[in-house]
Amino acid sequence: MASTEIARYLEVGQQRVALDPEGYLVDLTQWTPEVAEALAVEDGLTLTSDHWEVIDVLRNFYQRFEQAPAMRPLVKAVGQQLGADKGSSIFLMRLFPESPAKVGARLAGLPKPTNCL
Amino acid sequence: MNVNKANEGMNDSNIAHTSITPPSATGELLVILGHAPHGSSLLREGLDMALVAAAFGRRVSLLFMGQGCWALQPGQGEGALGQKGTQSTLEMLEMYDIDNIMVEAESLERLGLESSDLVLSVSVVDAASVQQAIASHTLVMNF
Repeated sequence: MASTEIARYLEVGQQRVALDPEGYLVDLTQWTPEVAEALAVEDGLTLTSDHWEVIDVLRNFYQRFEQAPAMRPLVKAVGQQLGADKGSSIFLMRLFPESPAKVGARLAGLPKPTNCL
Repeated sequence: MNVNKANEGMNDSNIAHTSITPPSATGELLVILGHAPHGSSLLREGLDMALVAAAFGRRVSLLFMGQGCWALQPGQGEGALGQKGTQSTLEMLEMYDIDNIMVEAESLERLGLESSDLVLSVSVVDAASVQQAIASHTLVMNF
């Protein structure tokens, strides 16, 4: 569920992007690739083409189903769109350590996945 | 339940007007959805329960009964109070590997719905199969 509580702002160029207490965008329409880069820096990540492909899968998923995916459906969606070799939790853990579904959703400008503890 | 024995021949004519498919597999969790999309939040809560269980790797089956069958009617968008639509959630079920989806035949008929008009491909089941589904799942949750 997208939170409406603004905890802080992230400065991205001229833009002031409101973040909720867990670091997800409050206004999902503010997302741009630059915002993703800035969020990645906070997480100590450098975005590679592999990251961008998964971010794309995440944004497609949200557009189609109106919810951010938990880990299992994310693995399945990545497998379907990027090929079976990438549709594995190990591949995703390497890109977005600790919790690919949560970290990925944050960088992709989606709400926090609801079915993911 | 002796439901299988009772079906020898004589019941065939009674059920010929619906396509009866017995539930294909047993599972760990059966979620029964008996409420229409926006009159309460029960449909959404039941679907969320199913998604959480599936996200944790449980084999989940769904059974739509009574007013719950309205959820399968196309076009279940946002509600008047801004509640999320349920159609996109139903379309997402396959990504969670929830593919055993049953609808009770009598409920469908009472609501004047045809299984071919529904947003998902479902198994239309008779009352005996409903009993069997309830008996064959470890956990049954009624929403």
